[in-house]
Amino acid sequence: MMASSYNAKEEDGHHPGASNNGGPGVVKSKKPDNTAFKQQRLPAWQPILTAGTVLPAFFVIGLIFIPIGIGLYVTSNNIKEYEIDYTGADPGDECYNCSQNFTWNSTTPCVCSVPFTLTQPFESNVFMYYGLSNFYQNHRRYVKSRDDSQLNGDSSALMNPSKECEPYRTSGAQPIAPCGAIANSLFNDTLELYYIDSNGTSNAVPLVKKGIAWWTDKHVKFRNPGGNDNLTIAFQGTSKPVNWRKPVFEMDTDPENNGFINEDFIVWMRTAALPTFRKLYRIIQKKSSSTPTLASGNYVLNITYNYPVRSFDGRKRMILSTISWMGGKNPFLGIAYITVGSICFFLGVVLLIIHHKYDTRNNSADIPG
Amino acid sequence: ASQCCRNRKPHEEERRVRANDREYNEKFQYASNCIMTSKYNIVTFLPVNLFEQFQEVANTYFLFLLILQLIPQISSLSWFTTIVPLALVLSITAVKDATDDYFRHKSDNQVNNRQSQVLIRGLLQNEKWMNVRVGDIIKLENKQFVAADLLLLSSSEPHGLCYIETAELDGETNMKVRQSVSVTNELADQNNLASFDGEVVCEPPNNKLDRFCGTLYWRDKKYTLTNQNMLLRGCVLRNTETCYGLVIFAGPDTKLMQNSGSTKFKRTSIDRLMNTLVLWIFGFLVCMGVILAVGNAVWEREVGSLFQSYLPWDPSVDNFLFSAFLSFWSYVIILNTVVPISLYVSVEVIRLGHSYFINWDQEMFCSQCNTAAEARTTTLNEELGQVEYIFSDKTGTLTQNIMTFNKCSINGQTYGEGPDPLDFTPFNPLADPDFCFYDDTLLESVKVGDAHTHKFFRLLSLCHTVMSEEKSEGELVYKAQSPDEGALVTAARNFGFVFRSRTPGTITTTEMGRPVTYTLLAILDFNNIRKRMSVIVRDPEGRICLYCKGADTVLLERLHPCEQELMNVTSDHLHEYAADGLRTLALAYRDLSEDEWEAWSESYCCADKATSCREDRLAAAYEHIEQDMMLLGATAIEDKLQEGVPETIAVLSLANIKIWVLTGDKQETAVNIGYSCKMLTDDMPEVFIISGNTVHSVRQELRRARERMIELSRTREGGKEEGIEGWKQLQCPPPPPSNLMDNISGEFALVINGHSLAHALEADMETEFVSTACACKAVICCRVTPLQKAQVVELIKKHKKAVTLAIGDGANDVSMIKSAHIGVGISGQEGIQAVLASDYSFSQFRFLQRLLLVHGRWSYLRMCRFLCYFFYKNFAFTMVHFWFGFFCGFSAQTVYDQYFITLYNIVYTSLPVLAMGIFDQDVPDQRSLEYPKLYEPGQLNLLFNKREFFICIAQGIYTSVVLFFVPCAVLSDATQSTGEPLADYQTFAVTTATALVIVVSVQIALDTGFWTVINHVFVWGSLGSYFSIMLALHSQTLFLIFPNQFHFVGSAQSTLLQPVVWLTIALATTICIVPVLAFRFLKVDLKPQLSDTVRYTQLVRQKKHGRLGARGGSRRSGYAFAHQEGFGELITSGKNMRLSSLALASFASRHSSGWIDTLRRKKPTHVQTPPRGSVPLEGSGCCIQQPPPALCSYGNQTE
Repeated sequence: MMASSYNAKEEDGHHPGASNNGGPGVVKSKKPDNTAFKQQRLPAWQPILTAGTVLPAFFVIGLIFIPIGIGLYVTSNNIKEYEIDYTGADPGDECYNCSQNFTWNSTTPCVCSVPFTLTQPFESNVFMYYGLSNFYQNHRRYVKSRDDSQLNGDSSALMNPSKECEPYRTSGAQPIAPCGAIANSLFNDTLELYYIDSNGTSNAVPLVKKGIAWWTDKHVKFRNPGGNDNLTIAFQGTSKPVNWRKPVFEMDTDPENNGFINEDFIVWMRTAALPTFRKLYRIIQKKSSSTPTLASGNYVLNITYNYPVRSFDGRKRMILSTISWMGGKNPFLGIAYITVGSICFFLGVVLLIIHHKYDTRNNSADIPG
Repeated sequence: ASQCCRNRKPHEEERRVRANDREYNEKFQYASNCIMTSKYNIVTFLPVNLFEQFQEVANTYFLFLLILQLIPQISSLSWFTTIVPLALVLSITAVKDATDDYFRHKSDNQVNNRQSQVLIRGLLQNEKWMNVRVGDIIKLENKQFVAADLLLLSSSEPHGLCYIETAELDGETNMKVRQSVSVTNELADQNNLASFDGEVVCEPPNNKLDRFCGTLYWRDKKYTLTNQNMLLRGCVLRNTETCYGLVIFAGPDTKLMQNSGSTKFKRTSIDRLMNTLVLWIFGFLVCMGVILAVGNAVWEREVGSLFQSYLPWDPSVDNFLFSAFLSFWSYVIILNTVVPISLYVSVEVIRLGHSYFINWDQEMFCSQCNTAAEARTTTLNEELGQVEYIFSDKTGTLTQNIMTFNKCSINGQTYGEGPDPLDFTPFNPLADPDFCFYDDTLLESVKVGDAHTHKFFRLLSLCHTVMSEEKSEGELVYKAQSPDEGALVTAARNFGFVFRSRTPGTITTTEMGRPVTYTLLAILDFNNIRKRMSVIVRDPEGRICLYCKGADTVLLERLHPCEQELMNVTSDHLHEYAADGLRTLALAYRDLSEDEWEAWSESYCCADKATSCREDRLAAAYEHIEQDMMLLGATAIEDKLQEGVPETIAVLSLANIKIWVLTGDKQETAVNIGYSCKMLTDDMPEVFIISGNTVHSVRQELRRARERMIELSRTREGGKEEGIEGWKQLQCPPPPPSNLMDNISGEFALVINGHSLAHALEADMETEFVSTACACKAVICCRVTPLQKAQVVELIKKHKKAVTLAIGDGANDVSMIKSAHIGVGISGQEGIQAVLASDYSFSQFRFLQRLLLVHGRWSYLRMCRFLCYFFYKNFAFTMVHFWFGFFCGFSAQTVYDQYFITLYNIVYTSLPVLAMGIFDQDVPDQRSLEYPKLYEPGQLNLLFNKREFFICIAQGIYTSVVLFFVPCAVLSDATQSTGEPLADYQTFAVTTATALVIVVSVQIALDTGFWTVINHVFVWGSLGSYFSIMLALHSQTLFLIFPNQFHFVGSAQSTLLQPVVWLTIALATTICIVPVLAFRFLKVDLKPQLSDTVRYTQLVRQKKHGRLGARGGSRRSGYAFAHQEGFGELITSGKNMRLSSLALASFASRHSSGWIDTLRRKKPTHVQTPPRGSVPLEGSGCCIQQPPPALCSYGNQTE
């Protein structure tokens, strides 16, 4: 950076001006080019904030946002949603016992049932979610504790998982498949829904477990090692994650939903952004156009309580929801749009008043004088 | 150049050089004549350059972060998010350094490979410069460059004389004489020189150009050597056929190279502010880190320890305190983007662009001297927009340093007031065609042979120290020590007394077509004390005469008493001339008898040989003979002002820039120039002249001036306040007397003499001087030394926090140019010394207004806008992580994809802001010249200061809050239309990132005031590149190749297809932008800056013209139209200047009072004094009654 000020060219006396002894033919003109770029005269659009442009913009924003907001709000209100917290935190809760008596090693699963009533029928497809609270799926050490190569069916990664998976990388001498803290903490409660009809008999509501994961996850990101022929052989030499009861190749009987491409597993592996989140669990498909998917009436939610959350004050929920073009129930967006739209409109009015009252700029072509 | 070696000996005590003896000289390992200014070669480039770059704090900091990231427990980002930008920054700098070095290599090679003739083993051989060794004897021919520092051995000219031009060395254009030691001069021919084996013992290499001391030992005799015997590298041989020299210092040891030390590094105030702010940001970063680390500690203790069944602690990090410590570093890594590594590089790039615009500006190109403006440093551009004080040299800067013989008084008769220029060619074939004189009676008087007139011009042709060069018969070129002398000799030449040539003992002239040779008996040279010079000559008839010219004050005292009457008439003439701003000299002669001459000659020789007090004795001898002289007359020389100087000064002072003239000239001349360039005007109530000789009197004079100023301004203020601003007195109490001086608003001027200045610059008087001088509109310091010039600049730098600019052209301005914040050199006039020391150079003083008001103003504006936006965008980007920390257990999890973090600063947001920083214009160039008040925000530092910085930061933080919490609130419950929740981390990351890119793009679109094609391409291109790069990074192809690197596969596609996501982005963008828009609109609408008004006016005019069809088609036709002609012509017409300043004054008053009145009615407690810019100028009252006619009629026409 510290250039020496000596320059041979200058020693030469070729400095501009000093060398101007020759005739005009000899000395080349050093006049800079007369181009719009070099003379900073490029044609340009020069927008300025005038009342004529800003105020209409505010009104336009207001006028666009308010109807959108109303639309969103109405849509959101039409969506039916039902939520049950089945954590069993309080002694009166149905699942209190299960939540208290939990051990990872228990062989007999603890089952509890939560009855509930839907006052309104749920039309069209109903989506069943499980929700967790105070569960930090977005913790840095948690998020990185996975091996995407292994999950993509890479055989070398299968046997030698990435270091990121520590401490769930190996179990004894065997590599864990799938490795890492995310996989290890797979949500493994089983939820079943029964409709109690007027006779008091309970009918199982059919729950579809496919189609709950992203397409790219299911078909690109997650693949079983060594093709899908025989997962038992493919996963030979690996160990199941510590918390799991079954190895990964026994997740499901359907070969299209087994191993790494088990959709419950894929859904879990897509980590949540916030410590309170919900994940799609099952879909209740619409049977016919005449009957609602879930009629109003009494239901029982049967829970196989495998997943402990009490130790860290976690909460578990089951959510039933219908869907519109814009997704699930989301009143915030509509309200936010209405609010922002109204504020813009109001600001427009205020600015207009201010502009009219205090404007000091006359509308002539002159600097006021 | 590769043969150069840089083995430097530890220290040289003295130098021994034996001529023609390479073996002997090699013992000492003197540097060869090869110079190497380049820093690297191909092998050393990488290590050396990297080493240098890592000496920069910022780079080291990022290296440190990189190392931190390699620790797995800390690493919150992947290594490449730091290394990619770092590598980019390093490589850009490396490329720049490499290019610079390449050009240095080239110029080194060019110089090193020049040919010179070296005497080797008795034969002259052609050698490259770099192969010349110490102790070699080389032969130089006329007009050749001197290859090394030589001891002159012999010359083809008589007496071993040799003439050189030292312009490249010290900037002086006059020729200098060097003389060889007489014994060596006798060795004239080559064979003798080949056997010369003298040994020189001299001082070691040093940088003193005017000193050399050494001894030549030859044939058992000692000869003293001085600078008079030396030819220095960089000089050019003139008027000398050949000469031989012995190489004493070569290459890096030469005085030229010893003088080219590393230049002082100047920093702009924005630079300093930026560094402070970066430090603050570091502090902020640490605070954030600490807060988050504390959060981490609490979280790990309260939640994390319980959550261990799902997320156990690392075995190495088993307690919450250690975890917090690590998380601090993790957050330092994540949040480091608040101090973007690309900041410094971007700033450099922008400045480089601005420098090119200066170099390319046609309107700062001088066609006469074929010189374009040149930004010699690229680091100071924005400071050009903040200048408050200009220190200007006079000669060559304000004036052309072209002296023209304008008038003369001969024997009581004044000449020079004629209608037409004379044509000398029929009368005198040797006349200089460029010479103009306007009085034919003088020529008549010469023709009829008036004895006085002849004697007058004979004196002019004989009494001088000019050198002549006659290229071909009659084509004379004079080389004069001072341009005055040149002008006088040229005048004599045209009036028939042609100085042809001189030798040390004779002067040959052609008098009225007849060649005459005078014997030159003595030259009684000029000095500052004597203020006169004389020659004593013997004419061919044998008569001896003394001719003397000098300052009237000294000369008139030494006249023969009988001259009283003529003296009175002539001194009247002299006063007239001085009043016209001309430089005057009085001329006289004295006939000497042979006896007188011999007597004096003896005493002169005696004095000359005296060893003690030689100077004084010589002066006494001179004094003795310069008596009883007969007055011949007086000459008047015009010091021509440069083109456009008064107009430029007027515009600059309208821009609130104070102009100080620092000149070595005497007071009268300086004041004259002050008047002729309109720095001083007759409207000024008072011009204070400080010329005291003692500390006491100077202090008294300063005090008196100050009292007078307060008195005068109070009477004026009083009247005004009752009239226009009466209400103001009700509100604010009169300012306390302590800062009374700050409020003086009179048009005062101060003239101070060099000797008074010396006292004024003493420590205890400094403040007094500064406060007095700064209250004046114009300050002229005369008779100042170069050192004092620098001291004055330093004084202002010390006492006023103002940006100073020094402009000058000569070697005596170098110190001032170096010490001012910005140094400007006038190129193409005298030497290049000033230009070499300067930061900017151009050839005309009037370009200064364009440099400051257009380029400086734009640079400042652009840089400020750039910095504001840059800090804003990085805070908006980074602070999201901070908010996310509260939701992810303070685990230093990033919000965005790592690739987004890598590319955000270098790809997605870099180019639009660079384009704004390089191309933005708020008002077109001719408007900023028309309304110099537009310059004021820069001086007051309004556009980027700590307050503005905090506003940017606050805006950035606000944006980050919106960008985090809006998606957070919307997405937490939202699902896709297929039922899958949108609250997963990747969707959230993509949504936030997209919203961020869109918000900052909208913001840059709002900030950009001048949308050229390039801006459009960059803004839209950045947005486009964001989406395409994101889609590519989230594509299946890349994932299938590197499944572990691209976790986000499919996120972009599935996220961006969701209407909810787009609604979220739109909502966040609106929430971020609407307040900004409302705020900016209010600011422009209620409290418009002058630039806003000018811009608005421009728009209205365009619209009107568009409607009338007067200038249909081109959008910016007004601009282009006015751009055709330079501003100089506009001003010189006179109208434009006056009008715009009037318009401006009325703008300021009308405007501020209108706005303030409104406010006052509204809430009387909140009245602020109007900013300095809107204080009404004097005369605004009359302007309101009488609006600027042109502008208004313009409006009327169109309405």
